Amino acid sequence: MKKTDVSNYDHYLKVVDCQQACPAHTPVPEYIRLIADKRYSDAYMINWESNVFPGVLGRVCDRPCEPACRRGRVEEEPVAICRLKRVAADYKDDITDRLPKAPEESNGKRIALIGAGPASLTVARDLLPLGYHISLFDRDQQGGGMMRSQIPAFRLPETVLDEEIDYILNMGVESHFGSAITSMHKLLQENYDAIFVGTGAPKGRALNLPGHEAAQPQISIGIDWLANVSFGHNDKAPKRVVVLGGGNTAMDCCRTAKRLGAEEVKVIVRSSYEAMKASPWEKEDAKAEDIDIIVNHNPTEFVVEKGKLKGVLFDQVESFYDRGGNRVLKNTGETLLAECDLVLVAIGQDTSFEWIERDIGLDFNDWDQPCLNESTLQSSIDKVFIGGDAAYGPENIITAVAHGHKAAISIDLFCQGKDPMQRPKSDFNLISQKMGMHEWSYTNIIDHEQRNLVPHISWQEAVKELATEVELGFDEQLALEEAGRCLNCDVHTVFTESTCIECSACEDICPTDCINFIDDIKDDITPPQQLLKGKLKVDKATDEQDYFISDNLQTGNIMVKDEDMCLHCGLCAERCPTGAWDMQKLTLSNIEATIK
Amino acid sequence: MSFAKSRFKHKSLPVNDLGLTYREYEGAISTLCAGCGHDSISAAIVHACHELSIAPHSIAKMSGIGCSSKAPNYFLSNAHGFNSVHGRMPSVTTGANLANKDLTYLAMSGDGDSASIGLGQFAHVVRRQLNMVYMVANNGVYGLTKGQLAATSDKGVRNKTGELSLFNDIDLCTMALQLGASFVARCFSGDKAQLVPIIKAAIAHQGFAYIDIISPCVTFNNHEGSTRSYDYVQEHVTTGAVTDFVPIKEEITSATPEGEFEDICLHDGSIMRIYKLDQDYDTSNRLKAMNDVEEHKQRGEILTGLLYLDPTARNYHELNETTDMPLNQVKQDLLCPGERVLGTINDSFR
Repeated sequence: MKKTDVSNYDHYLKVVDCQQACPAHTPVPEYIRLIADKRYSDAYMINWESNVFPGVLGRVCDRPCEPACRRGRVEEEPVAICRLKRVAADYKDDITDRLPKAPEESNGKRIALIGAGPASLTVARDLLPLGYHISLFDRDQQGGGMMRSQIPAFRLPETVLDEEIDYILNMGVESHFGSAITSMHKLLQENYDAIFVGTGAPKGRALNLPGHEAAQPQISIGIDWLANVSFGHNDKAPKRVVVLGGGNTAMDCCRTAKRLGAEEVKVIVRSSYEAMKASPWEKEDAKAEDIDIIVNHNPTEFVVEKGKLKGVLFDQVESFYDRGGNRVLKNTGETLLAECDLVLVAIGQDTSFEWIERDIGLDFNDWDQPCLNESTLQSSIDKVFIGGDAAYGPENIITAVAHGHKAAISIDLFCQGKDPMQRPKSDFNLISQKMGMHEWSYTNIIDHEQRNLVPHISWQEAVKELATEVELGFDEQLALEEAGRCLNCDVHTVFTESTCIECSACEDICPTDCINFIDDIKDDITPPQQLLKGKLKVDKATDEQDYFISDNLQTGNIMVKDEDMCLHCGLCAERCPTGAWDMQKLTLSNIEATIK
Repeated sequence: MSFAKSRFKHKSLPVNDLGLTYREYEGAISTLCAGCGHDSISAAIVHACHELSIAPHSIAKMSGIGCSSKAPNYFLSNAHGFNSVHGRMPSVTTGANLANKDLTYLAMSGDGDSASIGLGQFAHVVRRQLNMVYMVANNGVYGLTKGQLAATSDKGVRNKTGELSLFNDIDLCTMALQLGASFVARCFSGDKAQLVPIIKAAIAHQGFAYIDIISPCVTFNNHEGSTRSYDYVQEHVTTGAVTDFVPIKEEITSATPEGEFEDICLHDGSIMRIYKLDQDYDTSNRLKAMNDVEEHKQRGEILTGLLYLDPTARNYHELNETTDMPLNQVKQDLLCPGERVLGTINDSFR
């Protein structure tokens, strides 16, 4: 069979499920080990280098790493990675002297960043230490973009946000807050060497149902309403509020309304509870705060009485999936009138490019999104780069950060007159963790404890004040317990064919039956999944990881390891008499360049 | 250093008729040297017992002294066990077997325990046809005492310190054949595809089953010039047939195998299926088996596989016409039927 290619980092990075799943490839196990060692500042810096906003993301990240976590395959629940990130941010010391500084002499290149959200701020952070001059523009009075305007303070305290934005602004950004850019044409005339557009998806979708116009004063677009609350223009909510939509914005709307005095808050969605787009923990928190989530109801009309909104009328629906996998709604015939004083519409948001003239050479596709080179985020005007939600529509903060890294590399190459498609190399290193006969420099004993829950303040307390943070974060003891659950997937089982004597000790000791020694199959073309079916001790349970296939051994047999279930416990290496197995830690250099 | 294996296991592990995965048949984590062949034997026993769906508590692990005899700690934690005096395991097993013939007796011994200090005991337990599986982890050295030559070392080899083996080796398979064992096999610890079915068949066999398992000592006998090293054995191992064990419950037609095969029906109805590699291969001829072992040895080969099987042989209990009920279950009034019965017996002699 075809040997697994381990001449580059691809196979190894994929094995580190969390790091692979993180759009910015944050070295998760590395910082969790530092937390376990109580080295919070070091853990913070590892995070800061790759995801720029550890304190923010430790609270409000979408956590793509957690569903990917290996722990979810070998037991039930993943490691609480996100909340451990917050631990690093909460318990760190002053790290300002560890931050990179802009060189005294500029390199003479001037970059304009439009929008001061996570994508632009990442570009600024990556380019400032290289000597670029950065001009940052935002229509709001403060930086942060959607992190400030759309995420309420009870989930993300302002101090945390300010701190991490200031780390970047203080590196020497020339910022222009409160100044909206209204013409790309004009901007292009100015003397910038490159322009980065990180304007997000700031336009909330409206719901034009009958009665919309008459009820207009009592209908708000969710993200606009949240922004008004955030900037202090709005500090009250009426008694009865209905929120339409089932995403995280809807959850933020309903919980904010509750804190601004609403007594009866209902979230009404078309889908089932499970199909709601909001993160499971957001839904749980909303329910815990006594918010009514009504599912399977499709809005049909804003009911107006005497010129005022009376409520919203819904059809009850059943949703099912047709053969093509599309969701189909079927009315049950029942209707529901939800009486209310305010409707918050949180059914999605879009990018907004009214300010980019369509005759200046910047191409847009059929969906009115700018045409971009996916590898470089370069637009059809070579000095304009677009990232974050503005690039491909609403995603999340960590994706915006990843875009920022990618665009910064492109801009740097472009400004040096190089081709942005020729991405810089990222090297990798594997370092043995062996300390003695059966001693490793990482904790290889598997912790069987279940996931720890993050303590919350009581919901009665929580809803009293908008700025009261609901999650208290892990205390040190819980943090250390949770950190102990990490399986250290970045410590790899590295196999050397030439030293293997085929004694089968590793095969016998492996707790999860990953390792197999089998007769070679003379077929390099058929996919391994097909070839290996029924040939291994236990068939693969998922397709999340690949097989790790060795070269022919002395007898001609091959070693096949199922990377799905490996616990990285190192027992194979402990039982190996010749050191053919070794536990080696993966370190990627230039992680930003690994973002594809 | 790891003192325990994680409890986490593969989610698709098969369960046997008792609803157990093989993990429930494991023992403590081994303290033998990393790469020891004995650990592979332990793993083979675990898989064999699991696949046969034997309740762990119906097994007794018997052993003497030596690395091999430590091994029972590393499999079947929930089975009974007796770690006896050096070389005296056969007597202890005989006693246990007499008291409770319902248990499955798995004995683990070594070349020192069986071919040196315990050779006399070994010879007699073979003669006795005790219903047990007698496994010898044969590595040619005394590993526990740092690698002196054992009686099973080939004449002319040197141990790791250079000591020359001056005397002829004792071949326990040949001895077992000569003394009338009804099941004799030789295996290599590194070949589980061969070892597991043979252990299963040995357990199913109602009589004395001897398995000599070449089990390299990775620390003291894995050097160049050794005839028990992994490299040497892998290069010189040969077999006359591939054997497969088909349990009673499995329908014979379930897996139509390729090639020609021969089935041997065991006492309990299960089947030993044999795919001949050597047309000359025959498990029913004791003299030929002894001959084959010696002939291969002269050619520098190690003959493995099932060497001899007599499924009809009568075991110790049958030969002695013991009661059907295990002695440890016979109640006091049956054991001591009292004066009246004694009187009847005495009368019969008058």
